[in-house]
Amino acid sequence: MSRQPGPVMVASGCGGTGRELAAYAELVGLDFVTRSITLDPRPGGPALRIAESPSGLVNAIGLQNPGLEHFLATELPWLVRAGAHVFVSIAGGSMGEYADLARRLGRAPGVAGIEINLGAPHQVGEGLFDVREPYHAASVVAAVRREFPANLPVLAKLRPDLTRVVEGARGAVDAGASAVVVGNSIPAAMPDGRPGGLSGPAIGPVSLRCLVEVVSALDHVAVIGAGGVSSVEDARRLLDLGASAVQIGTALLHDPTTVARVRAALTREEDPL
Amino acid sequence: MADEHGPLHVTGEVLATKKAGAYRLLTIAAPGIPQRFRAGNFVAVSVDGGRLARRPLWIHRVKEAGAFGATLDVVVNAVGPGTTWLAQRPVGARLEVTGPLGRPFALPREPVACVLVGEGHSAAPLFPLAERLRQRGCAVTLVVAGPDEAGLLSALEARRSARAVTVITGDGSVGVRGDVATHIESVLERADADVVYAGGPLPMLRAVAAAAERRGAWSQVALETPMPCATGLCQGCPVPVVSYDGVSRVVRGCVDGPVVRGDRVDWDSLR
Ligand SMILES: Cc1cc2nc3c(=O)[nH]c(=O)nc-3n(C[C@H](O)[C@H](O)[C@H](O)COP(=O)(O)OP(=O)(O)OC[C@H]3O[C@@H](n4cnc5c(N)ncnc54)[C@H](O)[C@@H]3O)c2cc1C
Ligand SMILES: Cc1cc2nc3c(=O)[nH]c(=O)nc-3n(C[C@H](O)[C@H](O)[C@H](O)COP(=O)(O)O)c2cc1C
Ligand code: FES
Repeated sequence: MSRQPGPVMVASGCGGTGRELAAYAELVGLDFVTRSITLDPRPGGPALRIAESPSGLVNAIGLQNPGLEHFLATELPWLVRAGAHVFVSIAGGSMGEYADLARRLGRAPGVAGIEINLGAPHQVGEGLFDVREPYHAASVVAAVRREFPANLPVLAKLRPDLTRVVEGARGAVDAGASAVVVGNSIPAAMPDGRPGGLSGPAIGPVSLRCLVEVVSALDHVAVIGAGGVSSVEDARRLLDLGASAVQIGTALLHDPTTVARVRAALTREEDPL
Repeated sequence: MADEHGPLHVTGEVLATKKAGAYRLLTIAAPGIPQRFRAGNFVAVSVDGGRLARRPLWIHRVKEAGAFGATLDVVVNAVGPGTTWLAQRPVGARLEVTGPLGRPFALPREPVACVLVGEGHSAAPLFPLAERLRQRGCAVTLVVAGPDEAGLLSALEARRSARAVTVITGDGSVGVRGDVATHIESVLERADADVVYAGGPLPMLRAVAAAAERRGAWSQVALETPMPCATGLCQGCPVPVVSYDGVSRVVRGCVDGPVVRGDRVDWDSLR
């Protein structure tokens, strides 16, 4: 098994294509999760795509992405050359699409792992496979695991829904996930009522509760914490409570140097002088 | 890591603040940013109160060396909580500033006739552009517009960097009465414009781009649409464009813009 990610990762959809982040963070050795890539290009949703909420953001990006082919031809090689550890987030419209994405990414040079987006807060109606049922989610994980090289990690990113998250995590691990990511943005609404996802410090305590439940229910499973991490203290709290790594998303949109700062602080702790 | 031309994220300091008509002019020490500035660039500033989105502001002027080193000026139009907070920052206040951001105005290779049209605070990026164009030998006509006299940006200074200045106010308190859309045609005609640059509200930009296209002039518009991160990370700033071959695409306003060709914007889809 290749190296597990951590202690700090860039959360999906919050690091641009990587090029933009390079002005503010060293990419060499950085665990970078791409925005969710689908088989076909997606233009994304209309404006307004992001609204402010106290200590949070509500987003309705609609998974804008250039599609797998363009990603493999341009963005992935750039990220790999820059030295990032690239975890490709994937989302599919059917089980077959997930399998297809996994197969083709498995052959792409430089991919460090896959993260399956099992928690987009508004997947139904966007032409994406409904993975809200833990049973469906586990089938997707199994399909991806089957197609993706066994020595590379498959991360299952779960929605931080307290009533289902332990069941979801167990299903994903049983289906072959190398680690689970807890969690994602939380189902919310844009000011005009369209579906969106709430992220940022506002959701920190919710994500933390989900993390704690999963960590205490599942032994020997790597659990990556995500949601509301914006400082070294936040990251340390999640790691102390059993997270194997943390992801940083919204905080980067507010301060693009966040990942670099948190990574530097945690790396110093790992290797004391 | 940060290269010589890329943006920087720094803690800046307010060095001076003054009223400029309806606006606030802040002079900020933001180490490294002024040296990298090109006309049309902007900065993203953080505001308080748990508001996570950045506030984009045009860089209005840079001074590469002064008593406090290099500084930049921004014009703040207090329209909501973030800009109101910014307008109230006293001398000595610290600000998280990222920049210079965005694609700047493209400059013509030849010394051609240029018309620069700015409305309200959005005229801010056109002053340093006028300066650059003048250095290149371009004949610069500046149009400064606003709802009233207080809403006009630096009309006095405009006369220094331009050959001709047209002032338009909604209430007719100074200059000609009306809006940009009704006067732009005749201004372009008089200036015999080859290139048109514009900053202002979307309907005004659309009218200017259309007028330029009718003349066969080349236009660049500086878009102000929400840019939550302003650094290219979030895809929260969609700008629908149509490329040469008629293919529609959605680009990011903050990194692929905010200055874009007026004839490429899909104005019907832009919000
Ligand atoms: C490239 C660019 C340059 C700009 N330059 C200037 C400038 O030089 N001077 C100036 O006064 N204003 C400028 N603006 C507009 C300014 O950024 C907004 O008025 C400001 O963000 C509003 O924040 P608020 O909290 O005061 O208002 P609110 O309306 O409460 O803002 C709510 C949210 O919507 C966003 N938003 C609302 N209106 C706009 C808008 N027109 N443009 C972008 N985001 C918006 C805000 O950033 C915030 O996230 C610029 C905008 C852009 C995109
Ligand atoms: C603008 C934006 C875009 C996002 N895009 C994706 C995405 O494409 N795929 C995904 O799995 N999660 C996406 N997310 C969710 C984040 O990766 C992260 O899980 C969530 O926002 C919670 O973490 P945070 O509070 O640190 O942002 C996005 C979040 C934001 C704010
Ligand atoms: S505002 Fe975030 S990508 Fe443009």
